[in-house]
Order: sequence, then structure tokens, then C-alpha cells
Amino acid sequence: MSDLPVLKGVLVLLSCQLVGEVVVRLLGLEVPGPVLGMLVFLLVLRIRRPRPSSALVRGPALLLRHLQLLFVPAGVGIVAYLDTLRHDALPLAAGLWLSWLLGLAATGVVVGGLTRLLGRSAR
Amino acid sequence: MIPLVGWHPHETWTWLTTSPLLGLTLTVGAYAAGRWVHRRTGNALLQPVLVAVVLVGGALLLADVPYGDYLNGGRFVAFWLGPATVALALPLHEEWHLVRRAAVPILTGVVVGAVVSICSAVLVTRLAGAGRTLQLTMAPKAATTPVSLAVSAQIGGIPALTAALTIIAGITGAVVGPWVLDRLGVRDLRARGIALGAASHGIGTSRALQESRTEGAFSALSMALTALATSLLVPLLLLLLR
Repeated sequence: MSDLPVLKGVLVLLSCQLVGEVVVRLLGLEVPGPVLGMLVFLLVLRIRRPRPSSALVRGPALLLRHLQLLFVPAGVGIVAYLDTLRHDALPLAAGLWLSWLLGLAATGVVVGGLTRLLGRSAR
Repeated sequence: MIPLVGWHPHETWTWLTTSPLLGLTLTVGAYAAGRWVHRRTGNALLQPVLVAVVLVGGALLLADVPYGDYLNGGRFVAFWLGPATVALALPLHEEWHLVRRAAVPILTGVVVGAVVSICSAVLVTRLAGAGRTLQLTMAPKAATTPVSLAVSAQIGGIPALTAALTIIAGITGAVVGPWVLDRLGVRDLRARGIALGAASHGIGTSRALQESRTEGAFSALSMALTALATSLLVPLLLLLLR
């Protein structure tokens, strides 16, 4: 199979992000450009309904397979703040992890209960 | 006569640490090692992103290379986060038959998640003895990095520290999020996805995608809506949490 579809797929992603970034700035919206770009790309997918072998699917699928790679540089940034993090270690650790746990648990339990209430589960 | 070869370790090191090539190679190499460890051990806790961050971070500390120099190469990888966020529309499209019928649980989940995350971040940090600045720095940490950063700056937190906390919240979700949801008996894939996206943004979504396409789709949507909810709700809730 040719690699051209992947290239086309990447071009579509870049274009959607570009549209998102420009619109966000033009209208002074509170959402990040890529998030609006995601909605633009969703619209493209809903209209075009591409097959799994098409460029619109293969390019994005490749990026999503290695999504964790893309977070590594930001994650390494923690190293730059080790001193600050260490200085206020207790309140930062407690605030971060307890609040993370409460946010995750509340959302999971509420939505889990709601979907059960509304019937039809997805497992 | 000019000698054909010399020995220039100092110049070479200076070039190496400031060139994009080292940061880029280190990042991709550490991620490849992370994937290998994750597959080889079959241990869900050893997420590739966690292994890679520890390897690269450790290497930078050992070699005394500043983060800014590493970013010369690292930013080439980080750039693709934008297009990858756009790409999250793909699972959303594939699971659209489930998504369109779940408007009520999605919106409820995102609002509950954002309110609990923001309020508990401020209150727990306060109870643990931190001052106002750190409380504000913690407040938007559940939203995806560009949003948490912007909100933190807007309300008077320390944006760069917020970014670090946001990443830790994300990695925590990728590493132990599904385990916590198991313990709580949350089995519905939609609920699991929405919870991971609400508490751990894109990094949580990367783990949700590992678990199932459905979970990934709901996590992606939840991440996007949580970004919006956080930017709208943080200034509002701070009025109540003086």
C-alpha cells in the first residue's frame, strides 16, 4: 500500500487544526484551537463517511496509536519544577491526588448510575 | 600542516546538548523503550508515557541538561499533540451511534467532574496548608494543558506549575485510573471514558483508547467539554471559594 494516504490524512488534520486556531482567535473563544479543530474534523467525517482504508482514517489512526509519545516532552517539564514541587510537596501532592481521585470517582459513579437508570449499558 | 583528525569532546557536547537531534532521539527512544517495557511485562501500571518521562527526565538530570535545551528537540514531538487532538474525532465518529444517544450522561458527567475537580482542588490544597497562589494554581488542573495554563494565568496562579500538575494528573489517570474505576464498580464503558477524560484529559484518553474504542471516544469528548467547562466554571466557583 502506498504511503500517500497517510500524508493526505495528516494534511487534513493540520488543516482542521488551522481552521480551529484561526476561528478561536478571530472570535476570542475560550477553547483551545485543536479542540475546535476536532469538532471540524468530526463534521468532515460525518459528511464524508470514509472507509477504514481511506486517507481520512489511516493518517489519524497512526497518530492516535502513538498518542502517549506526544505527551513525553510536556511530562519531562516536571523535571524543571522539581524544586517548587518539592518545596510545597505536601499540599501539592494532597491537593492534586485527592482532588484527582474525587473528580474521577464522582464522574464515574454519577455517569455509571445515570446510564443504568436510562437503561442499555455499553460494556 | 593541519592535522586530519583532532579530539573535541567539549565542542561536541555543547553542540549535542543544544541541537534538536539529541532531544528528539532521546524522546522517541525512551518512548520505544516504554512501549517495549509495557508489552514485555504486561503491567498496565508501566504506561509508555510514564516510563519515557522517567527515562528522559533522569537523563537530563544526570547530564545536567536544562529543560529549555531539551525542548529544542522535544518541541518537534510536542507539536503533533495539536493534530493528534484533532484526530480524536475519529473514535468519536466511529462510536457516534452511542455518543448521540448519551447527551444527558455526557453533559451531567462533565459538569459534575469539573465542579468536583475545581472545588476539591482549591479546598484540599487549602486544608493541607498552602496559600492562595497555590490553591489557584491547582484549581484548573483537570483541564487539558493549554486550557489549564491559560486559566491559571487569568486567575493569578503560577501557569508553568499548573502545567506540571496537569501532566501529573494526566499520567496518574493513565496509570491507575482504570484500576480505581474497577474498585468503584464502574463498568459501563461510557462512564469510564467520561470519567477518565474529565479527570485526566488527553493522557487519560490515551489509556481509555487502549482499553476500548468506545471508552476512548467518550474520553475524547469528555476531555474537550471539560476544557470548556473549566474555563467557564473556575472564575465562577472561585467567587464561592474565597
